[in-house]
Amino acid sequence: MVTFVPLLQYLVSGLTNGAIYALIALGFGIIYNATTIINFAQGEMVALGALCAISCYHLEPSLPLAFLVGTGLVTVVGLAFERAALRPVKDPNPLTLIIITVGGGVFLKGVAMLLWGKEAYPLASFSGNVPLHLGPATIMPQNLWVMGLTGALVLALEAFFRLTLVGKAMRACAYNPRAARLVGIPAARMVQFSFGLSSALGAAAGILIAPLTLGVYDMGTMLGLKGFSAAIMGGLGSLLGGVLGGLVLGVAEALASGFISSGYRDAVAFLILLLVLFLRPQGLLGGRK
Amino acid sequence: MNPGWLFNRWSLFAAAVLVLAASLQGDYYFSLLNFIGIHALLVVGLNLLMGYGGQISLGHAAFFGLGAYTSAILTATYGVNPWLALVAGLLLSGSTAFLLGVPALKLRGYYLAMATLGFGIIVYIVLNEAQALTGGPSGLAGIPSLALGPVLLNTPRRLYLFIWTTLGVVLALSANLVDSRLGRALRALHDSEAAAQSLAVDTFALKLKVFIWSALYASLAGSLYAHTLNFIAPSSFTFMFSIKLVTMVLLGGMASIWGSLLGAGVLTVLPELLTAFHDYEVVIFGAILMAVMIFLPRGLIRGLLDLWEFRRYKREGGSIPV
Repeated sequence: MVTFVPLLQYLVSGLTNGAIYALIALGFGIIYNATTIINFAQGEMVALGALCAISCYHLEPSLPLAFLVGTGLVTVVGLAFERAALRPVKDPNPLTLIIITVGGGVFLKGVAMLLWGKEAYPLASFSGNVPLHLGPATIMPQNLWVMGLTGALVLALEAFFRLTLVGKAMRACAYNPRAARLVGIPAARMVQFSFGLSSALGAAAGILIAPLTLGVYDMGTMLGLKGFSAAIMGGLGSLLGGVLGGLVLGVAEALASGFISSGYRDAVAFLILLLVLFLRPQGLLGGRK
Repeated sequence: MNPGWLFNRWSLFAAAVLVLAASLQGDYYFSLLNFIGIHALLVVGLNLLMGYGGQISLGHAAFFGLGAYTSAILTATYGVNPWLALVAGLLLSGSTAFLLGVPALKLRGYYLAMATLGFGIIVYIVLNEAQALTGGPSGLAGIPSLALGPVLLNTPRRLYLFIWTTLGVVLALSANLVDSRLGRALRALHDSEAAAQSLAVDTFALKLKVFIWSALYASLAGSLYAHTLNFIAPSSFTFMFSIKLVTMVLLGGMASIWGSLLGAGVLTVLPELLTAFHDYEVVIFGAILMAVMIFLPRGLIRGLLDLWEFRRYKREGGSIPV
């Protein structure tokens, strides 16, 4: 029976997952804007971020340090991936780029499996495990951390793109790379920067969700795909769209797993992806092309 | 095309298949060859799509699975004739490819990749979750063997002859397709979609056709797989298997019908030879995919041949073509 209590509970868990999808969607959007590449390796940055932070926390139990080390290391991985695998490509047609980023993702996943094995590792919650009660629903402090930090990151990103010179240069490249080069913006540098930035966002998503779901080498594939679904839903390249897409997807998934069947939870994201592709490929917010 | 040359090539293939059938001893080798044959069917189809169509499917395991499960469910659960079940699988896979391809192929290259990826994962989830129909994660047993008239194809050697005959027919069909008007249009599309369009090639219909074609090959392979093993489980139809197929295509060389056979052979035999291979499998696939696309975008074999011809050309004093 549908009652108010589980509905609120599903909303909390849906918005938490949705925030994670939103961060990953932003990563897809930033790289797409700079290069029109869909980076299929984006999901693996999420897993690597979580695993690096977990290992760091194991050595030195300080969460802020683990967060910094995790995002930092993964940013380096993202930059290295762009430098080693994408910049040398002489004929950048979509097929080549798809295979390279898919291969990069598979490679990183394999490396993560060799380094961390197939076990799932816990990460301490950011501020304890005493549940809060919001009316009839229970909320873990980590849920609030995920939503709050995602909100803060989105605002910071928006400020970065609107207010800083580098951010404006990246937006210029997204609108028109040739014109951007003409006014002296180093487009190649911006591409590199976009890979670093979106890897960092992916890693942050992984570290935020790890206390709730554990960190495991293959967690990234599914999260990456859902992030992509969110990005497509909101209109690829639209940052606000990606965030909304993520939240809608998270809630839809939570409702479906609560009211239909939890086994099909993961299928919902892809059904939505296919439906958007079928009916509205420019995304829910995207304009006509 | 010179018919004598074609005759030679195909008679060599037939002779090799027959010699192996007569000379090999033991079920193990025939089982291995059967898997190579089934993989080759999948890889030829995917190569038509990738090498000739310039599109990619990251969910080809799903069409393989649709064929396998349609055959398995209809024969094992409902007692339908295996040949009818195979045709039902083809119809299901073909129409699914149509429904998936129509929206995805109108958009840029990435969308088909993502649509097939998402579709592959949906199929995998359904195979696991729809337990009443598929038997869930523990799989579906009791799939009958195929029968050719009174001959039951229930030994690895008989299956080998049947699978490799089928593969021969499919290879010949594909070689013909590639050399036909359709094949030329496909190559034009691969080089430049705009140029192909300006020459009145309906690129959308063409991409859709080759996508459906490749899905049909995968479905056929799936049905054969189900009747070969007499047992199937969802773990054979994962995203990693789709990636393995793409790796096979690249290893054998894009736009190479015979290369597909090689790619399927190498990546089927390698894990058997090297037991340690399994741990490093994922890393190796990833490295192959990246390295081949960065350094030899025409595929490994074709790329190496190109390099070799280029060196010979330079040795003979030719100037480097720009």
